Amino acid sequence: MSIRLTIFSLIEQIAAEQKIKIQPLRDDLLLSESGLDSLCFAILVARLEDKLGYDPFATSGDVSFPVTVGDFVGFYENAAH
Amino acid sequence: MLWGANHAIALADLVDGTVLNQTDVAGRSIVLATHDQLAAAQALVALDGAARRIVICPPDLPLAHLAEIATDAEADAIVTDRDEADFAGHDLPPRLACKGPLRPRQVATPIATEWVLLTSGTTGVPKMVVHSLAALTGAIKPPQPGDAPPVWATFYDIRRYGGLQILLRALFGNGSLILSEAGEPVADHLHRLAAHGVTHISGTPSHWRRALMSSDCNAIAPRYVRLSGEIADQAILDALKRQYPDAAVGHAYASTEAGVGFEVNDGLEGFPADVLRGGGDPAFKIVDGTLRVRSRRTASRYLGRAPQALMDEDGFIDSGDFVTERNGRYYFVGRRGGIINVGGLKVHPEEVEQIINRHAAVKMSLVSARRNPITGAIVVADVVLHEPATPGEASDILKQDILAFCRAALPAHKVPAAVKFVSSLEMTPAGKLVRQNA
Repeated sequence: MSIRLTIFSLIEQIAAEQKIKIQPLRDDLLLSESGLDSLCFAILVARLEDKLGYDPFATSGDVSFPVTVGDFVGFYENAAH
Repeated sequence: MLWGANHAIALADLVDGTVLNQTDVAGRSIVLATHDQLAAAQALVALDGAARRIVICPPDLPLAHLAEIATDAEADAIVTDRDEADFAGHDLPPRLACKGPLRPRQVATPIATEWVLLTSGTTGVPKMVVHSLAALTGAIKPPQPGDAPPVWATFYDIRRYGGLQILLRALFGNGSLILSEAGEPVADHLHRLAAHGVTHISGTPSHWRRALMSSDCNAIAPRYVRLSGEIADQAILDALKRQYPDAAVGHAYASTEAGVGFEVNDGLEGFPADVLRGGGDPAFKIVDGTLRVRSRRTASRYLGRAPQALMDEDGFIDSGDFVTERNGRYYFVGRRGGIINVGGLKVHPEEVEQIINRHAAVKMSLVSARRNPITGAIVVADVVLHEPATPGEASDILKQDILAFCRAALPAHKVPAAVKFVSSLEMTPAGKLVRQNA
């Protein structure tokens, strides 16, 4: 599964677990308007670390936090290289 | 009798005879640092009433710490069965050999010996906690006429508070004690207990979970099963009752500093609110969420160069154990040092483990913090299953089921973000789960 699909399916899984209604996922969706709260993001980052084997927040020194869903996906894709 | 793994002594042999060869323990401060547990038991009986102070060192105490302990305890001698070569390079008081059969000398005028125990579970040099024999034995009821003498066993080493309680129960109850042996496989230990006809047996919930994971737990049929040292949750109490239906299963609330607080024998986790009422001895109160204890069974003070205060001005010791009340019963939720901070919300690992452990597929669990860029930390769980899961879809479904089980019982920030199945969990020498911040 691609990084993008992994992230999207985990977001949908976490939203379902937390009984949170989220906006349809697309690249220009602002994370702050996605419906996901900070706990959801915390869980997402932890599960992505388990699935992908890395946490780009821990490894990149100067992190500008992703603003959109597209940024978030790109952030993980870049860290994979 | 006292049964070690390799030899045994009759307690009656300890009543008179000669002691330690040397006569210079009387009135002295003694550090007891034996390798062998049986030798330690004999030395304790020999030294009480004669020495001014006995500092009881657990077998895993690093030698580097021994020198500091000896200095702070103003030790006159170290009683040991170790080879002199073990101590090379360490600046220590004179050694007194503790080998072969030891017998206490009759002490003409026994003195009130200080029994000093070392704390466990912290890094660095352990703290020294001063007790008296009266405090240590304060919760031990005298044997009733007609009671069959107990054959005690404990998974603890007797040089820790929980194990020393059992040595003293065996001695004061005219019973016997089967000692544990470091490194002995669980199955061998259980069969040794069975061979000696164990009737009363104590350990931490972690000790018990490990014993129950061995089919050899069928070898013993105790009358009394005791848990202490960690939170006894409903899952382990129920598992022990299923395994030993004829046994009384009880859990004791005790710690090195606070002594034996109370025993709970109704088969349920937590303790009835009645325990907090009365204000007699022991007396309990809850301040800022933690249980405080005042009784004649607690330690009297810390020993050392700059000892911190053990009690508040009213004589209460802060156990550091958080409790919460639900429907007239109190439950332990965790320890002060172990709190996980998830985005400003507090989580006690133990309260999450208690829920996970109730899941039918789960044998035991360890909840810990994982650092997280969003919330600072997040809760994760390592889980040991009854039946190992085969990796793949079935394993993923089971993880989802355990998480759903948690979500039904806990607020969202307390539910683990991730569950990992592991084959075992590491235990400290004191028989407790190894925790990050314990």
